[in-house]
Amino acid sequence: MKNYLFELKEGLLISLLAIRANKIRSVLTTLGIIIGVWAVVTMSTAIKGIDIAFQTGVSSLGSDNLYIDKWSWFSNDVPWWELRNRKNITMDDFEKYKNQAKLPLAVAPSTNTRRTLKYEDKVVEFMNITATTNDYIRTTNLDLADGRFFNELESRGNRNVVVLGSEVAKKLFPLGNGISKNVKIKGTKFKVVGVLEEKGSWVMGNWNPDNQAYLPIGALFKYFGNENYRSITINVRAPNSLMVAEVKEEAIGIMRKVRSLAYSDKNDFSINEQSGLLGEIDKSVGVIQVAGIFITGLALFVGAIGIMNIMFVSVKERTREIGIRKAIGAKSRTILAQFISEAAIICLLGGMIGLLLAVISSMVMAKFDFPSTVQVDAVLLAVLISIFTGIISGFAPAYTAAKMDPVEALRYE
Amino acid sequence: MNIINIENIAKIYEVGTEKVHALRDVSVKIDKNEYVAIMGPSGSGKSTLMNIVGCLDTPTQGLYDFAGENVSQMNDNELARIRNKQIGFVFQTFNLLPRSDALHNVELPLIYAGLSKALRRERAEEALENVGLQDRIHHKPNELSGGQRQRVAIARALVTKPSIILADEPTGNLDSKTGEDIMTLFDNIHSQGNTIILVTHEEYIAEHAERIVRLKDGLINQDEKVRKRIRKTSAQMESN
Repeated sequence: MKNYLFELKEGLLISLLAIRANKIRSVLTTLGIIIGVWAVVTMSTAIKGIDIAFQTGVSSLGSDNLYIDKWSWFSNDVPWWELRNRKNITMDDFEKYKNQAKLPLAVAPSTNTRRTLKYEDKVVEFMNITATTNDYIRTTNLDLADGRFFNELESRGNRNVVVLGSEVAKKLFPLGNGISKNVKIKGTKFKVVGVLEEKGSWVMGNWNPDNQAYLPIGALFKYFGNENYRSITINVRAPNSLMVAEVKEEAIGIMRKVRSLAYSDKNDFSINEQSGLLGEIDKSVGVIQVAGIFITGLALFVGAIGIMNIMFVSVKERTREIGIRKAIGAKSRTILAQFISEAAIICLLGGMIGLLLAVISSMVMAKFDFPSTVQVDAVLLAVLISIFTGIISGFAPAYTAAKMDPVEALRYE
Repeated sequence: MNIINIENIAKIYEVGTEKVHALRDVSVKIDKNEYVAIMGPSGSGKSTLMNIVGCLDTPTQGLYDFAGENVSQMNDNELARIRNKQIGFVFQTFNLLPRSDALHNVELPLIYAGLSKALRRERAEEALENVGLQDRIHHKPNELSGGQRQRVAIARALVTKPSIILADEPTGNLDSKTGEDIMTLFDNIHSQGNTIILVTHEEYIAEHAERIVRLKDGLINQDEKVRKRIRKTSAQMESN
């Protein structure tokens, strides 16, 4: 055993000498592995980043929330035609639910539309507008950077007030002095009472609170459509995550009563929750992960073939050297270990460089608000992958070297 | 006492469907501290015999006993061990590792023998000193002259303190003056008690040996002791 370790150490030293002697070739060979490891690590880091972005994005909705809705978030629960034929959820339904529900911390109705916002010469087109009541902020994890959310008086009075998401506010008021200014929505003036803190949940797309303006729900109906125009969503916040199930049970009971459903009728509403959303996200991220690892794995595979190729050339070129080593007493397994460790070292060096590039590129990605940092497991992954690749791709050439006939090898010119 | 005991060995190569008898029936015994030259024209089986004696190859038939061990039945790893511990090779083309310095080249057999670094270095330096290269230990082969390269190779052959030194045309790539120096070195090594087997086709090189084995068509044609003219010559050279 001791002797074997010793041989391995000598094999490593010999390999280092050989690599140094063929610098350019080693660098070119390593390039395949550099790119392969770079791709694998960057991809796994990016996927992790996407996952984290989704998780934080979703949790910015509030983790203890339920959404009573005509539509289900997951189309596979109920056939779409059934969803479509459901009665709209109205403000009346909301008021009844609110009066009867004992458990929730806060409840608020909400509906959405898209409008263009203007302030002087600044225009934000087709902005997502959430219309709701003053209680809405208590159903979310949102905080105000400036000003306040609209109050009960403004909400009940359908006043012309608006709360802006951080992105919208930045676009309309680059200097950050939006409070008390009047923005125009479809020709109607709305006074800005508050600006929300940035959440950075860009993965949420339309649901990103940064890209949203909030109006009293009555004001939306007053100016942009009547109450029966669309179905509303009832946002329900449970006091804590342990209570979510109970709040859901209560909501189902109340809503069935409100919607006058008979004992045998199915629910004509859906109760959506974040845990279901997270499950869906996990599934999608899982698919991305498999696809990503497969594609980047191909890059690494090409790199490995490059290593194998160049090791075969190296073995052929060094036939005489192998003959000399064998003549003076190198055993087959020593030669095998020498060439395998040579391939492994080339791969490991390439892996380290690839890892360095991956760290740099993830830092660049982070500059563009992409949550991405190279984790310890990615480093370990890179090291293991590169050593493994080296051993696998070095084996066949090393085996040919080990099996050479010393007489033939010494005669080789 | 016999170091090498070869009995009725034959080596047959198959080239396509044809069988080539490189060695037909060769028997030879070599004692400790003998100085033997193996001679013969090309195609005589001289190289084949050298490869078998050097444990680089095994005979197709017959028995080869090396220092009490039956070499003819050994596998590759056991042969490697014998080559490493018992045989020191000196080749016509020197066969040094071009990228390694003299010291590392001489250390190499000791690396395969599993010696510690300090011991290796000590013995390699000693061996290089013995061949007069103590001030060239960090030179690479391309920074050395032909004669110096062959001295490094001889140091490498001696460093394991082997039972035999096997030299294949050691002066073939050298000019006659340098060749003579190398042969003097071999004479000195022999006088220190080493066993030397010399493969050559040059009469004047073979005359350094005490015994000449002549091969022809895969058989031993002649095996004779020679007068020690060389001893005198080297003694004369020293007195000059």
